[in-house]
Amino acid sequence: MVVESTENNVKQAIRVEGLRKVFRKREGFRAKLKEEWALKGVSFQVADGETYGLLGPNGSGKSTLIRILSTLLIADGGEVWLLGMRLPQEEAAIRHLIGRVSVDAAFYKKLSARENLLYAAQLYGLEARTAERRAMEILERLGIESRRFNDPLEEMSRGMQQKIAITRSLLTNPPLLLLDEPTTGLDPKSRRDVQGFLEDHRKENGTTILLTTHDMAEAERLCERIGFLAHGRLVAEGTADELKYQAGSEDLEEAFIGLTGEDIKADEEMGK
Amino acid sequence: MIERTFRPMWAFVFRDFHLTRRYISWVIVFVFYAIVNSATIALIGKSQNDFRLTLTLMLGALLWSFLSAMYNEIANSISYERWEGTLEYTFMAPVSRLIHLSGVSLFAVIYSVIRTIVILGGLVLFIQISLNGANLWGVLAVLLVASLAFMGLGLIAAILPVMSPENGAQATNIVQGVLLLVSGIYYPVSVLPAWVQPLAYLSPATYALEACRKLIGITNPASTPKELVGAPLSSVLPELGILLLMGIVLIPLGLFIFHQAELWAKRTGKLKRTG
Repeated sequence: MVVESTENNVKQAIRVEGLRKVFRKREGFRAKLKEEWALKGVSFQVADGETYGLLGPNGSGKSTLIRILSTLLIADGGEVWLLGMRLPQEEAAIRHLIGRVSVDAAFYKKLSARENLLYAAQLYGLEARTAERRAMEILERLGIESRRFNDPLEEMSRGMQQKIAITRSLLTNPPLLLLDEPTTGLDPKSRRDVQGFLEDHRKENGTTILLTTHDMAEAERLCERIGFLAHGRLVAEGTADELKYQAGSEDLEEAFIGLTGEDIKADEEMGK
Repeated sequence: MIERTFRPMWAFVFRDFHLTRRYISWVIVFVFYAIVNSATIALIGKSQNDFRLTLTLMLGALLWSFLSAMYNEIANSISYERWEGTLEYTFMAPVSRLIHLSGVSLFAVIYSVIRTIVILGGLVLFIQISLNGANLWGVLAVLLVASLAFMGLGLIAAILPVMSPENGAQATNIVQGVLLLVSGIYYPVSVLPAWVQPLAYLSPATYALEACRKLIGITNPASTPKELVGAPLSSVLPELGILLLMGIVLIPLGLFIFHQAELWAKRTGKLKRTG
């Protein structure tokens, strides 16, 4: 059941209607193609400036959804509108306006943080000096010392790499951020640093954020509304309180189990 | 407009320059190997006391080293990004594939020219062969024009790692091997089996070699071991024309095929690191 909690007259930054995606895999040379539906008609909207959380266990379709919104996958059905533009028809224009952070901080590990960030900035048409200044500001707020700027990424901890990834996604200050489990695997301090920074950044810039996570506390802290995704379907949606009320439970994790029939914590443990 | 075109293109040169710098020990090893490999091939001619054969083998080794280095840089740029896990970030950046692949190709040409000059220097010192009278500027011009056609081939081969995360990178070597076989790098095309010979005329390396042999003076009967009589650039205009035409056809064709492969990969989810 989907809870109606958005007002129709609110400007939507993300509009997803009946999104479907199937992956076909042949197991063996002569075998038939096997179909696996990653998304089975997902619909939701995110208002301009809102932080919307998508919670779901591994394989629920969260990353597939983020990849479609990031222009990296073409859906098999449904419609996606980002900032008033349609995917995949207007993907070239949309790419200027989105930043993405994935669960694995993907970098050229031999290059330094500076080299990785300047490369990314230039790809987006940013002048090197401006990019360097902005990168330093963000890194400082994320608690990374400036002397680490010239260190190769391979010499940095996972938490630091993820902070560099967040810096990369914000170099051009995009109006829409797609965050795919950005704090998974981080130590508690790094997790708090990142969450605090994202809160402040959204308040200061009015950025719309779509966040996928396993972490219930993170979702409650950062997201105004949350969607529960299970087996490729959005099974429930609303504020954390609305979801708890809907499930008749005290905390969000219980609400998740009650509404989806899945245990996200067990899944997270397995992921670790 | 300029910022949106040249800055992203420069980003790829910037990235590849710094990656080369960080992997400099690998570069030194590969260049050393290329010098040794080329020397062992050229010494076959030296053992026959035949300066024309020595130069033919040396030119073949050098030209192949140049073209294959460039082809590899372009064709493997995708597999390298898969390996690092950065492919998705490059593909979601607001950069057209033309700008992306032009940036990769620009670095590939600069890198391959410098690499070839270093190998040539090493070879000349080791083999003690005179290049007096050879039109080396003409050779450089031919290499640059031939680069266009090899860029196109590299772009076509680069779809293999896009389409197959597991086997694509290895499959690019098959294309490279076939080019080596059919282009008459170390031997005249006439010694190939008759059914293979037509393929030689589809390879840009065949025309680049023919032109370079004339420019160095290998095919000129007036050349001597001490003084070569290299042809002027104007005498290889037909070969340059064919190479240019191949570039004009192969680059847009490569981009078109790459675009189709990218669309396919986005439908099937093959851009993901693990496929």
